Amino acid sequence: MAKVSFNKDLCKGCGLCVTACPKKIVHLADELNKRGYHPAEVTEQDKCIGCAFCATMCPDCVITVEK
Amino acid sequence: MVVFDKPNALTENPLHYCPGCTHGIIHRLVAEALDELGVTGRTIGVASVGCSVFTYNYFNCDMVQAAHGRAPAVATGVKRSDKNNIVFTYQGDGDLAAIGTAETVHSAARGENITVIFVNNAIYGMTGGQMAPTTLPGQKTQTSPYGRDVEAVGYPVKVCEMLSQVDGATYLERVAVNNVANVKKAKAAIKKAFQNQIEGKGFSLVEVLSTCPTNWGLAPDKAIGWLEENMLPYYPLGVYKDKYAEEK
Amino acid sequence: MAEKVLMKGNEALAEAAIMAGCKHYFGYPITPQTEVAAYMAKKMPKTEGGVFLQAESEIAAINMVIGVASTGKRVMTSSSSPGISLKSEGISYLAGCDLPALIINVQRGGPGLGGIQPSQSDYFQATKGGGHGDFHLLVLAPNSVQEMVDMVFKGFDLAEKYRMPAMILSDGTMGQMMEPVSLEKGEINEYDKSWALTGTKGERKPNIVNSLYIAPEELEKLNFERYERYKKIEEEEAMYEEYLMDDAEICIVAYGVASRVAKNAIDQARKEGIKVGMIRPITLWPFPKKALNKAADKVNKFISVELSMGQMIEDIELAIRCKKEVLLCNRTGGMITTTEDVLNKIYEANGGKN
Repeated sequence: MAKVSFNKDLCKGCGLCVTACPKKIVHLADELNKRGYHPAEVTEQDKCIGCAFCATMCPDCVITVEK
Repeated sequence: MVVFDKPNALTENPLHYCPGCTHGIIHRLVAEALDELGVTGRTIGVASVGCSVFTYNYFNCDMVQAAHGRAPAVATGVKRSDKNNIVFTYQGDGDLAAIGTAETVHSAARGENITVIFVNNAIYGMTGGQMAPTTLPGQKTQTSPYGRDVEAVGYPVKVCEMLSQVDGATYLERVAVNNVANVKKAKAAIKKAFQNQIEGKGFSLVEVLSTCPTNWGLAPDKAIGWLEENMLPYYPLGVYKDKYAEEK
Repeated sequence: MAEKVLMKGNEALAEAAIMAGCKHYFGYPITPQTEVAAYMAKKMPKTEGGVFLQAESEIAAINMVIGVASTGKRVMTSSSSPGISLKSEGISYLAGCDLPALIINVQRGGPGLGGIQPSQSDYFQATKGGGHGDFHLLVLAPNSVQEMVDMVFKGFDLAEKYRMPAMILSDGTMGQMMEPVSLEKGEINEYDKSWALTGTKGERKPNIVNSLYIAPEELEKLNFERYERYKKIEEEEAMYEEYLMDDAEICIVAYGVASRVAKNAIDQARKEGIKVGMIRPITLWPFPKKALNKAADKVNKFISVELSMGQMIEDIELAIRCKKEVLLCNRTGGMITTTEDVLNKIYEANGGKN
């Protein structure tokens, strides 16, 4: 099963991963991280297909994808 | 199994770039290429002046910081010091195509065996958004507040097209990092530009169309859209020169 | 002592650089230093690992120097006055990055494009920095073809010892004239080069050669540290030659070609019974302040003989803390002071002929 994880505190909340996700499961969290951004997160982990599109578009290398 | 993680050729330092600035993607692609080619330990990078001035903090290889526009000349020295060094410059449009035009053209003309990563976002980012040599006709910036008037200040410089006329250049390709498919193509181009150097094939330059959400005054996703609507038509993607492909 | 050969100053200097282990030379044609580039073009390809490259500009040449210097190897560039102005940006970066390198200025008349005849009018530029920021260059001023050779070894050594750029401030006369010279290999010392960019080989943290410090506290600290080094250099490395100073009542200060003219005038004046001697700075930075200040307690007057509009005279006045009057004997724009000019100035300092 695929798994995507975010290094929450390095995320700048730019949302490029949100647009890139073909399954539309990445969104920006309501709460702020310690740098003051709304970090990206995935709540429906089971829907992740491990395509790594989100990570490919991430400018800050905050996403790790496992499959 | 981890299928995607930060490459080893990037340090742990958080990037200073603005949210959504695609410099970070390009950094990662360079680092991935170095890792995959197994050359990080003998690579010496040359940082330029502009937003990419701090690249020496991000690449996990020896780095030298050059004066504005002089990165290809510094890279020439580093390469000539030891041809086993893998040498790259990472330069923005103001640095490479305005103040450093001579260094760019002549390092290409010499067929200097280096890799040039040229980030074109049509603006001076670090200094707060002034008109760049690549700023599009009509584009508003701090120093072209009414839009770039080509009658008064001339036209943008198309670097790949220009350098394709230079005999010494080996490989010139323009790519973009606006979507997943293009990021993959950009990665292939950057890797090839390093592979060329490893094989001693000479001067390789990859022009990467990139965004500047802050100085364009657009949200990151809108900035990607602006790049697609405005930059892609003016700066067509593709291979502008591949000396070795032509010889096949 | 190696056998003496007859050589042009510029060529002897170039040969000395190769002997000193400099394998990289980057230059650009400009009169009156072009012989250095031409000699390097001929010799470097025949030297193992030797690289000669004619750059597209003086600016590119000095930045290529930065590239090689950052890898810890000996590297040199040469030019003449207007070309040195172009290189000034890179010279400031060399200083800011703490990189050793050797820069040759075969001076010609200025300002602007000036002329092509010998001059010493780049004194301020060389000794006061010549680029932006707080820094100094080591400045060596040969007055013979032999010293053109010796200063190359000294210049490389000091540059590496203190991790800073060194300049040989020569002029068109030194560069163009021929003299017998002994091409003897000078001292080559090994200094720590653990800072050099040689590739991490995956065995160490990356080395970074950089002059950018956004935090002012950090930049100030580095500048303070650099000036501590400069203080040590001023204490220990000032070089000068004294000529007939034991009983001198008038002290001429002159360097390079001007010192040769001055020497002839001194010899003539001595024949006439005038007690005149000379302190010849060999390093212009560090300037031999102590020797001059000491002389100021003995002599009545100083004369600055220089091929510039009174540049070195300011350093003399500072060195002697204006204790004695300093007269200026100068020509400029490519004109050279004659023995008669200097002699007349000696008479003036002496209150007439004896």
